[in-house]
Amino acid sequence: MKTPHYLNNINTSPLTRRGFLKRLGLGATATGLAMAGCDRASRPATETYSPDGEIPTDRMTTRVNPTTGDKVSLLGYGCMRWPTKPVEGNGAKEGDDEIDQEMVNRLIDTAIAHGVNYFDTSPAYCKGRSERATGIALSRHPRDSYFIATKLSNFSPSTWSREASLAMYRNSFKELQTDYIDYMLLHGIGMGDDGMEAFKARYIDNGLLDFLLAEREAGRIRNLGFSYHGDIKVFDHLLAEHDRYKWDFVQIQLNYVDWHHAKEVNPRNTDAEYLYTQLADRGIPAIIMEPLLGGRLAKVPDHIVTRLKQQEPERSVASWAFRYAGTHPGVLTVLSGMTYMEHLEDNLRSFCPLQPLTDKEMQFLYDTADLMMNYPTIPCNDCKYCMPCPYGIDIPAILLHYNKCINEGNVPENGQSENYARARRAFLVGYDRSVPRLRQANHCIGCNQCAPHCPQSIDIPAELHRIDSFVESLKIHRG
Amino acid sequence: MLKKLRQILATVSIIMVTLLFLDFTGTAHAWLGWMAKIQFLPALLSLNVAVIISLVLLTLLLGRVYCSVICPLGIMQDGFAWIGKKVHKNRYSYSPALTALRYIMLAVLAGGIIAGIGAVVALLAPYSAYGRLAQSILAPAWAWCNNQLASWAERADSYAFYSVDIWLKGGATLVVASVTLVVLAVLAWRNGRTYCNTICPVGTMLGFLSRYSIFKPVIDTSRCNGCGLCARNCKSACIDSKTHTIDYSRCVACMDCIGKCHKGAISFTRPSAVKSAHEENRAGATDAGGKATDASRRKFLSITATATVAAAVNAQEKVVDGGLAVIVDKKAPDRRTRIVPPGALSIANLTSHCTACQLCVSACPNGVLRPSTDLATFMQPYSSYERGYCRPECTRCSDACPTGAIRPITEADKSSVKIGHAVWVKQNCVPLTDGVECGNCARHCPTGAISMVPSDPADETSVKIPVVNDERCIGCGACENLCPARPYSAIYVEGHEVHRII
Repeated sequence: MKTPHYLNNINTSPLTRRGFLKRLGLGATATGLAMAGCDRASRPATETYSPDGEIPTDRMTTRVNPTTGDKVSLLGYGCMRWPTKPVEGNGAKEGDDEIDQEMVNRLIDTAIAHGVNYFDTSPAYCKGRSERATGIALSRHPRDSYFIATKLSNFSPSTWSREASLAMYRNSFKELQTDYIDYMLLHGIGMGDDGMEAFKARYIDNGLLDFLLAEREAGRIRNLGFSYHGDIKVFDHLLAEHDRYKWDFVQIQLNYVDWHHAKEVNPRNTDAEYLYTQLADRGIPAIIMEPLLGGRLAKVPDHIVTRLKQQEPERSVASWAFRYAGTHPGVLTVLSGMTYMEHLEDNLRSFCPLQPLTDKEMQFLYDTADLMMNYPTIPCNDCKYCMPCPYGIDIPAILLHYNKCINEGNVPENGQSENYARARRAFLVGYDRSVPRLRQANHCIGCNQCAPHCPQSIDIPAELHRIDSFVESLKIHRG
Repeated sequence: MLKKLRQILATVSIIMVTLLFLDFTGTAHAWLGWMAKIQFLPALLSLNVAVIISLVLLTLLLGRVYCSVICPLGIMQDGFAWIGKKVHKNRYSYSPALTALRYIMLAVLAGGIIAGIGAVVALLAPYSAYGRLAQSILAPAWAWCNNQLASWAERADSYAFYSVDIWLKGGATLVVASVTLVVLAVLAWRNGRTYCNTICPVGTMLGFLSRYSIFKPVIDTSRCNGCGLCARNCKSACIDSKTHTIDYSRCVACMDCIGKCHKGAISFTRPSAVKSAHEENRAGATDAGGKATDASRRKFLSITATATVAAAVNAQEKVVDGGLAVIVDKKAPDRRTRIVPPGALSIANLTSHCTACQLCVSACPNGVLRPSTDLATFMQPYSSYERGYCRPECTRCSDACPTGAIRPITEADKSSVKIGHAVWVKQNCVPLTDGVECGNCARHCPTGAISMVPSDPADETSVKIPVVNDERCIGCGACENLCPARPYSAIYVEGHEVHRII
């Protein structure tokens, strides 16, 4: 078929509008790259960072696991925040949702295509639906092309018995459609009112730890480790017993705020510097969780954004946190719970390959962390372990709204504050938008059933009551 | 000219009154609150002497312009009548006055007011009838549009609009309003101001005065050729063209007849000024009376169109994301005495002054006020705390009330007006049923009337339960509304017949 004359004309015309814009865009990008190149000429850059264009599929930085020789991608996929979509149909109730499996498949395919090979899930994640969704997506790839990490998440006293814990362990194999687990973790060591007691009840008294050691012998677990939150005594105890247990890895919370300020963020936490050094001294690889502090190092106060962007205008705010975690040589992989393709792509750019931070840049981040400490956000990571609240409160939504308003300067200290009326409106109107009225903080009765589940040990009822009285004062004082 | 002036004033007037009922932000009341207070029956009930005297003088001067320009129900009927006339021109005809019926209705209203039968007053008061239409039919449509804007604003990260709850405040009131709307629409469409000149007691009262008004439409018999065009365009059916007389008790001074007359025989003037000595001026009297459509009329049309659309709108709840416990809706407890808002002084004061116009119900931003379904107090407001409570910073109902049923109070007054007292219901109390700490009632009590004490006096560590100091409780309902027990709260407010200052 002959192309119509007028189409021909557009295709070949040297000066169409689209063609012109394209050239202009390319030109601008080239200039940007050239300038970025100049900037970095003074330091030992291994690669030129590109904020757009194709992400290379063969440049993922990897680290080698000393015990098994696994070549693990430095970016690991955290499977705690899979995308969901609302359930449609007549039987659906308020808030019913399901995991968007199609999107999960796409995310995992993209990740694997770019060299991500570590996938970290748990029977507790995504209201208990993460393992299955992860298993479905991964089983579409050769089993030797990725490593599965899952956990024995027997938090609830009802699962402390040997039978219940074993059932949970065996179910993970079924959900993940595998006959071996590459990385098995004792989940959330140090959590609970008494971290040591909870640890004993969950893994020692029921013989589960011995069982897992035997499973490692049998090859059904290739690496055994634990994830740590909270009580430092349990961490120290398990490392002291390293000769006996031979931990293959340990999962810790590490980011540029927690390095020195963990106690300020949360009195029960321990500085990441200590945790990391303890592991490095023993040659145990560290797996990093919360490199972004649950997203709080991506959503930072405006003046921090400016500060970071000024240094690296083309990189995202989040990329600083990932590069920070990856720069530590004892780190095997840095986990990120990437819900959106944009997050995945941004992170791939940070790790394909990793451009390590210089000492000067590390210091710059520590200074940034010092500045951030002046902003009293609540250390909620939106992990939703506290949910569901039996009285219907949407705890993370309330805390995140509060943090958002702190970051945006919408938490006025008193009626005399500048912009009081505007900030008051933004806080109150935004509050009703973020949290349905019946799920707001004024309905928190303080039963304290949530607080023990919080890996950040936030005193949730106290925070909710504080936010409630703040809201009350905003409502009463129109300014 | 006069007609156009009337139409403009009427349009502005009905829009302003309607805004009072639609605006949930409380800003309209600051500017337009007086629009409700100049309504005749509310002014009468609140003994607002200045307003009553002004309206009496106005009527004595210009006739029943109140009915054409101030009364929203009258203006609304003119809107329907206008559509009716579009469909079928010159459709009206003279009919004799139904004087007996008018007097009976007036007597019924007077009896209702004296005997304190709120339902009678509520059903007959014209402004209140319009209020019910606005509150139960227009306001939900308005709120729904607002919520659309709010959702756009949310997407644009703007705080210009915020979402509001749309809920059925009173089923019976909605039914009454809908029936009123349909009946009035049909009557007005076919016969113009039938309601105003047979049922409406305010119309009858003003009719006594308008007979003697100084200015009125007068027929110049020397010019009139008896064509009857004026009578066929009189929506009050009060022009008898055969005898060249006008029943001024029914004339609402709409000025339509003046423009309709081809002979220029009708003018709005003093009757004594019209003399039959004008015979020589008969020639060349042409007029452009048919040119009726103007912008204000279009607005009438849009208002009525909105009203019909509104009936199809239903309340929608906000959808939330996953991982949340189901929250059961609260149910109202069986209160022995109903609660009326601070400023009402007493149930008796509210009942005897309230015309059930729903302005307070529209104004309440906390979902507290709703119209009663009780026959004796039909459609009058009462408080209940399932959706919210009577918040300390809010005095909107008292600011809005035009009849003195809810008197104006300040925030400071409100904090010390006792409208009821809290009652604890042991079997619902969450510390006892669920064995957890609570104290949400005590934490939110604005007067500190609730303390938490160990449930077992002998055991300091036993779960704590609330005890109420009745003397400090003002009955605001914070405890009842925020109690976690559902559907029935473990603490609820019992109303007081007479409010007192504590």
